[in-house]
Amino acid sequence: MSLLHLAIIAPFLMAIFIPFLYKGFRRIHTGWFVLIVPILLFSYFLHFIPIVKGNETVTKTIRWIPSLNIELTAFVDGLGLLFALLITGIGSLVVLYSIFYLSKKKEQLHNFYVYLLLFMGAMLGVVLSDNLISLYMFWEFTSISSFLLIGYWYQRDGSRYGAQKSMLITVFGGLAMLGGFLLLYIMGGTFSIRELIGMADVLMSKSLFVPAMLLILLGAFTKSAQFPFHIWLPDAMEAPTPVSAYLHSATMVKAGLYLVARMSPIFAEHALWLWLVGSFGIFTMTWGSFNAVKQTDLKGILAFSTVSQLGLIMSLLGVGAAALHYKNMDENLFIVATVAAIFHLINHATFKGSLFMVVGIIDHETGTRDIRKLGGLMGLMPITFTIALIGSFSMAGLPPFNGFLSKEMFFTGMVRVLDMDFFSLDTWGILFPVLAWVGSIFTFLYSMVLFFKTFSGRLQQEKLERKPHEAPFGMLLPPIILASLVVIFGFFPNILTYNIIEPAVGAILPSLLKPGEHFVGHISFWHGFTVELFMTIGVITGGTLLYITYPKWKKVYTIIPEKLTLNSMYDRGLYWAETGSYQLTRTYMTGFIRTYLVYIFIFFIGITGVTLYVKDAFKLDTSNVAPIGSYEVVLALIVLAGSATILLAKSRLTSIIALGAIGYTVSLFFVLFRAPDLALTQLVIETVSVALFLLAFYHLPPLNRHERSVGFKLSNALISLGVGLIVTLVAISAHSNKLFDSIAKYYIENTHDKAGGENMVNVILVDFRGFDTMFEICVLGIAALGIYGMVKLRLTQGGKADEKK
Amino acid sequence: MKKNDVILQTVTNVVAFMIILFSLQVFFSGHYHPGGGFIGGLMTSGAIVLLLLAYDIKTVASIIPIDYKILIGIGLFFAVGTGAGSLFFNVPFLTHAFNHFDLPLLGETSLHTAVLFDTGVYLVVIGVTMTIIQTIGESE
Repeated sequence: MSLLHLAIIAPFLMAIFIPFLYKGFRRIHTGWFVLIVPILLFSYFLHFIPIVKGNETVTKTIRWIPSLNIELTAFVDGLGLLFALLITGIGSLVVLYSIFYLSKKKEQLHNFYVYLLLFMGAMLGVVLSDNLISLYMFWEFTSISSFLLIGYWYQRDGSRYGAQKSMLITVFGGLAMLGGFLLLYIMGGTFSIRELIGMADVLMSKSLFVPAMLLILLGAFTKSAQFPFHIWLPDAMEAPTPVSAYLHSATMVKAGLYLVARMSPIFAEHALWLWLVGSFGIFTMTWGSFNAVKQTDLKGILAFSTVSQLGLIMSLLGVGAAALHYKNMDENLFIVATVAAIFHLINHATFKGSLFMVVGIIDHETGTRDIRKLGGLMGLMPITFTIALIGSFSMAGLPPFNGFLSKEMFFTGMVRVLDMDFFSLDTWGILFPVLAWVGSIFTFLYSMVLFFKTFSGRLQQEKLERKPHEAPFGMLLPPIILASLVVIFGFFPNILTYNIIEPAVGAILPSLLKPGEHFVGHISFWHGFTVELFMTIGVITGGTLLYITYPKWKKVYTIIPEKLTLNSMYDRGLYWAETGSYQLTRTYMTGFIRTYLVYIFIFFIGITGVTLYVKDAFKLDTSNVAPIGSYEVVLALIVLAGSATILLAKSRLTSIIALGAIGYTVSLFFVLFRAPDLALTQLVIETVSVALFLLAFYHLPPLNRHERSVGFKLSNALISLGVGLIVTLVAISAHSNKLFDSIAKYYIENTHDKAGGENMVNVILVDFRGFDTMFEICVLGIAALGIYGMVKLRLTQGGKADEKK
Repeated sequence: MKKNDVILQTVTNVVAFMIILFSLQVFFSGHYHPGGGFIGGLMTSGAIVLLLLAYDIKTVASIIPIDYKILIGIGLFFAVGTGAGSLFFNVPFLTHAFNHFDLPLLGETSLHTAVLFDTGVYLVVIGVTMTIIQTIGESE
């Protein structure tokens, strides 16, 4: 366990203490305690900057399940560090903001901060893991914690709906991704990403390469809300605004981008990668920005804008992959796309984070987020106004903010596609700059809508819930910091260039970076009268025209009928899945355990019997059988008599007692065959279960006539005879077929040396097969809670929960 | 429904403690002699069940005021926590350690982390058995 690992699990550790801090210090907002964690982590991660700047990496390993090659490997390189800084940096600001946003009187703060910390830790785990399995584990942790955060106001229908939607879609993608990881493991024999990168050439020739790529991309696309999986993100806006600012703009949704960037060295030389990542990205960008314009909810606009911007970065990552086809650094014109991707990723986190916070402030101070009700806030909220101006103009790609710089590089990257003469990019490649341009026009448009509809025009006080005024300073500080970063990165982009961007790009395109060479030239505002500049001028003119004429063309949005939208398809799919599985289940679930036992036993007889027959496995071998003594015969007769009593008994009480007698007899068998542990366990279990039977017996309904009918008894008799026969056959065959050496020897030899014990049974339980025991007690616990739930929480006819006191 | 079972109750008062003591003995000697967390837990719950039979659920609940559902949680925490603890020493999950120590009063004793794990099992077993029995017994 190193300091680096500790840093990753620090949020989890803190999460344990939150409920106690919440209860213990009611007068202090819990957020202040939480704030310590991201700030400390941020300063801790800062000290890696000089390390990764020199193209060095840090690796620390904890062995987790070595036999399966699963490790907890913390790995810091340029890319991981960039994300770690974003997560902890934006995280600090978001926590600070939330302290003022969430009322300590009304809200369940401890829940909120536990979820937020879980999320933070999970996210750090994702970006700093080298082992694919631990990456996957943390990845699903982010899905779960974001589910909890979106559903934080679980009393609202919308929150529950949004939480479920995001969970279903991202977990679906996550499972696909796990499949991709396993395929990579099958091909490469390792879960380590760095080792896989090292054998990228070998992997590419394998037949599983493309399926693995598709599955992993599915994971990345669902997480990063790429078309057509973007539908969960707007619904996720039901979460509290700090969560939206954090998860749905700065961090979690970028996990998909991270994954694509991380996997680029493995997959990028394949044409399909460039095409898929590039085209899905650029289409999402255009589609998202187009749809953002029609939104009337400020958060809705920002949600679609996030979808669009994620698409933008995704397309840049895809196009940037082309750089790998040119090994010569000096002439490699395509690296700019990857540089732009990383640069825009940082910029997006700054301006989108601040915009979300601004929207939160507006919501908080006016009581609405509807742009039809808002307007004229400029004079009342001057500071918020300034922040919003910086944020939205940067988002629109206007100078002198950082969004302008990265958007110009984005155009450069897209225009360069035309220079590529492979993968049939010379014909279809024209789509990239065209879509990029169209998307940017709409980006400009919705940024202006967001800004002007809120702050200019006439104040409509009658439509607002409360009288707007400037927000408290604590709420303003985080967006002010982010907005100043927007300006600083805009004027001095080169403070990032060699410290942050270049190591990150180096991690995405490792084969191209030679020591002492630089990828990135100076980023500057003025780059001459180039195509990009004219494109920008076109964007501004086109956007302004569309803004003025909006009422005339807004009917475009109603062209697609509601029935054909992705959202309604999702809803209908969910509906059919639910009703379909309900119908299916109703056909065989009768509610009687005896019916289920019949299914189980028939399957058991069928599968085991057929296997025994087909494999010709039945064998009777009496050469190695212990002599049968008089005790055993007597005990066997008692068991038989007990079974017969159960069958013939008229009352349940007799059956229960007879069953107990059989159990005790079996434990005598254990005594005879010198298994005191088993005998002891059997005795106690028998005692407890008889007591349990007697308790439950009181509640059982009387035996009904159905159970006395001949047909019922006959079929039951047949099934039980069949089960008895199969079990006997299996037991005899198992004894007679000795295919392997007994494993007992291993335990005999190692019980004392490795586990320091004398009692082999117990040593097996806790040492050699501790996993079994652990999961067994988990199952027991779940079963007990299940029984508790079933008995205590009875559903009444209307289906309403009616908990008994 | 409850009658005054003087004999059963008097015997139970004595026997229940003997069973619990014996179950502890069985639990702690698990690594060397027949026993362990599973049987120990079952036996302890057996003793509590005996109390339930001799008295009634309310009386027993006032004697032993434990929420068995929480006991399950504590037990699982012990078991998983012991497993996870090994990660701090950079060894695989659920690796156990043992050593011999010279303790006051007890003399030379071998201490195993496995016992911590077993404590988890012990608690979970009691929790599960008693949760089930109590819920079914309480319901009308």
